[in-house]
Amino acid sequence: MPDATGLELIAQELGDAREGAVLDTEFFRGRALLVLEPGGAHDALAALQARGFHFLSSLHGVDYFPEEPRLGVHYELLDMAAVDRISAKVRVDTQDPVLDSVVDLWPTANFHEREVYDMFGVEFRGHPDPRRILMPEDYEGHPQRRDFPIGGEPVLFTHNEPSVPGWWK
Amino acid sequence: MTEVSDYRRIEESVTLSPMPASPSAPETDGERTDELLTLNMGPHHPATHGVLRLLCTLEGEVVRDLRPLIGYVHTGIEKTAEDMAYWKVVPVVERMDYLAYYFNAMAFCSATERLIELEVPPRAQYLRVIHMELNRIMSHLVWLGTSALDLGAISMLWYCFREREQILDLFEMSSGQRMHPRYIQVGGVFEDIPLGFEAKLRDFVSTMPERVDQYAALLDRNEIVLRRLRNVAVVPEQELLALGVTGPLLRATGNPWDLRKAAPYSSYDHFDFQVPVGTIGDNYDRYRVRMAEMKESTRIIEQALDGLPEGPYISTNRKYALPPRHELATSMEALIHHFKLVTEGYRVPPGEVYEPIEGPRGELGCFVRSDGSAKPARVHMRDPSFVNLQALRPMAKDLYIADLIATLAMLDPVLGGIDR
Amino acid sequence: MEVSRQAVPRPDEFRARQLKARDMLRGDLDGPELERYVEEGLLTTTLDRAANWARGNAMFPLTFGLACCAIEQISLVATRVDIARFGFEAFRASPRQADLIVLSGRISIKMAPVIRRIYEQMLEPKWVIAMGACSSSQGVFNNYAIVAADKFVPVDVHVPGCPPRPEALMHGILKLRSQIQGQPDLGWRSRYQAAGTEELLQPVAAAGPHAENVTGTGDASA
Repeated sequence: MPDATGLELIAQELGDAREGAVLDTEFFRGRALLVLEPGGAHDALAALQARGFHFLSSLHGVDYFPEEPRLGVHYELLDMAAVDRISAKVRVDTQDPVLDSVVDLWPTANFHEREVYDMFGVEFRGHPDPRRILMPEDYEGHPQRRDFPIGGEPVLFTHNEPSVPGWWK
Repeated sequence: MTEVSDYRRIEESVTLSPMPASPSAPETDGERTDELLTLNMGPHHPATHGVLRLLCTLEGEVVRDLRPLIGYVHTGIEKTAEDMAYWKVVPVVERMDYLAYYFNAMAFCSATERLIELEVPPRAQYLRVIHMELNRIMSHLVWLGTSALDLGAISMLWYCFREREQILDLFEMSSGQRMHPRYIQVGGVFEDIPLGFEAKLRDFVSTMPERVDQYAALLDRNEIVLRRLRNVAVVPEQELLALGVTGPLLRATGNPWDLRKAAPYSSYDHFDFQVPVGTIGDNYDRYRVRMAEMKESTRIIEQALDGLPEGPYISTNRKYALPPRHELATSMEALIHHFKLVTEGYRVPPGEVYEPIEGPRGELGCFVRSDGSAKPARVHMRDPSFVNLQALRPMAKDLYIADLIATLAMLDPVLGGIDR
Repeated sequence: MEVSRQAVPRPDEFRARQLKARDMLRGDLDGPELERYVEEGLLTTTLDRAANWARGNAMFPLTFGLACCAIEQISLVATRVDIARFGFEAFRASPRQADLIVLSGRISIKMAPVIRRIYEQMLEPKWVIAMGACSSSQGVFNNYAIVAADKFVPVDVHVPGCPPRPEALMHGILKLRSQIQGQPDLGWRSRYQAAGTEELLQPVAAAGPHAENVTGTGDASA
C-alpha cells in the first residue's frame, strides 16, 4: 500500500492534472483512500490506471445515510507489479446520482456497476448494459439503500400473534 | 498431440454456410443469411452449476454470443448483515459462497479485525489456515466431481464426494457442523480443536496426495478429457486481467498472482508451498492448476499441523471475544463482558476497510464500513465468481454447446457467491 | 374463511376395524353394517395400496438445486448416504419425467415463478420436499429477497436444518415415502398424542370441520 506520504504525492499529482479532482485523502489502518469529485472521477481513475493500478478489484456502493452526499461508490484498485492497493471514493446524492462509467478503463466494471445501479440507484453514463442484475427487471426501489425496509416476515411470538390475524392465509 | 489437431482440422472443414440460394429467392447483398437462434439455458438446468441463466445466441450449434442472467438466488445477504451485530454477521455471510464458507467468514473477520485493530493469536492463525486449506481442497473436490460429471466421467463424482465426506468429518469434529460451521470468529476461532482431530487430519493428509494422483491418473491423460479440454476456451491473460479475473483461471494463463504469496495474511508466509500455474490458459490448464492446488493445500496443512503453536485460540481481549465459560463462575468482569458481548455486541470504531483474501475461486474481498455502532453499516463481499462470470462471454465465443458446458464447469462458478 | 381442524384416523380405529373384520369373517356383520364395511374396504383397495407402494418406492427426483442445501443433496447421492439403496437415484433432468422436487436452498423472489412453472410442468402425482430452513421459512434471512416455499407450492415434507445433513434429508424422503404408501409416519404427533394438529392442504369445505388451509388457494390442485 502506498504509505501516507505516497498517498499525498498521488493526490498532489491528480490535483495538478485537474483542479479540485481530489477532495480529500484518508490513510486509515494502513490503507490509502482518495476522495474524488464526481465530475473528474473518471479522469482521475484513468490517471491512476496510467500510474500502474491496472487491476480493478472491486467497485461497490455504500449508502452514507443520513450524511449527505448520500451515495458513495468505492473503487478498489490494485497494482499487481508493485503489490499496491489504493481505494478511491466518489460521493453523489440521490437527486443527481450520475457518474461516468469506467467500463472503458476496466471492462470488469460491467457487472459491478450494474450491481451498484441495482442496489443503490447510481446511474453510470456510458455503461453498455444499464440493467438490473440481481433483482427482477421490473423491481421498484433500490434495496441496499439504508432507508429501504429490510422486508421479510414478522417473527411471530405469542404476544404479537393476535395482532397479525390470519397469518396462515 | 497430432490427433487433437487433426480432429480440429476435420472439424474446421465443415462449414456452416447456408444452402445455395434458389433462383427465385431474393438477392442478398452478400451478408450472412445464417439464422441466429437465441436459446435460453434456463435457471433450472442440470449442467449450469446452480441457478445460472444463459441466453446463448447460437448459429447451428456454435455459440456466437452469450449473456449470463443472474439473481436467481439473490438473498440480500449484505442487507441482512447490516441488521445484525458483528459476530452474528459471520453465519449470514458464510452462506454466501456456499463451497468456501471458511473463506467468507475469514474475509469478514479479517476486515473487522483490521477495523478494531485486534491481534489474532498465532494458534488461531494456524487453525484458520488449516481449516481454510481443508475448505479449499473440499471446494476443488466438489468442482472436480461435478465437472467430471459434466464431461461424462461419472465415477469421479463418487470418488470426490468420498473424500469430501472425510473433510466434512473433520469439520464436524472441530466445530460440530459440516457446512457453515461459524468456526472462524472475529479474533480467532470459535473453539480449540478436540483430541483426535490432529490424528484424523494427519491420516487424511497422508492419503490425500495419492488420491489426487489416482484422480490424475484417471483424467490427466485421458483421451476424451484431452480432446474436450485442450485448446478450448483460451482467453489471453491481458483480457482476463482487464475483466478482473483472479484465482485458478488467471493462474492457468501463467500469471502467478496469489494473495497468499503476494500479500500474505494469517501466517501464510510461514509455510513453504508453490503456486501452480498453467501455460496457455485453456480449459485443460485450468483443470491441472486446480488439481495441483489440492496437493499444495495438503502440504500447507501438513506444515501447519507440524508447527501448530500453543496458546489461546481466540483473542484474549475480552472486549471482543467471549471469555471461557469457566471464568464466568469466578470473575465478575468476565460476566459483565459476556453479558455486553452477547446482548449488544462490541462496538467497532468508525471507518471503512477492504480486506482481500485468496479464496478457491480468486480474490475474495470484504468491505466493511462501520459507523461506530454494534452493527456494521455496510458489508460488501467482492466475490470472485461474480467477476469471473464476466469472462464466460469471451471464453464461450465460437464454442460448441458441449464445449460451453465444459467451459462453464472449468470456470467453477458458485451462484451463491455470484448472487449473494 | 372458517378455521377448522380435522381429526386424522386415530390408531385405536385400527382395533375397531380389526373387530369388524373378525365379525365379517364369522358372518356376524349384516345389513347396513356390512354395506359400510364393504365400502370402506373399497376405499383403500389392494390395487390402490399396491399403486401407492410402487409410487413410493420408485420416486424420480428432479435434478434441482438452488444453494448450499443442493451440495448436501449431492452428498445424499454420494456413497456415504446412498439413496440408491432406496431406489431414488434416478434423477431426471426434465420436470415432465420427475415426480419429486426437492427445493434445496433459498428461494429468491426472482426464482419463485420459475419454480412454480417447473412444478406445474410436473405430472401428477408429484411431491415437494422443502429442504432446509430457507425454503421452509426463509431460514437465516428474513428480508426482501427471499420467500418461503409453501407460499407458492404445496409442500409435503419440510426438512429442517441449515443445511440438513444428508441423513436428515434421507429421513425426510423416507417420511414422504411412508406418507405416499398410506401409513403416514406421525412422528412426534404419535408420541404426544397430538393427532389432530396437522394442517391439511385441501379445500376447507371438503376437509371437514377442523382443517386449516395454509396455502389459501382453496382448490385441490394447489
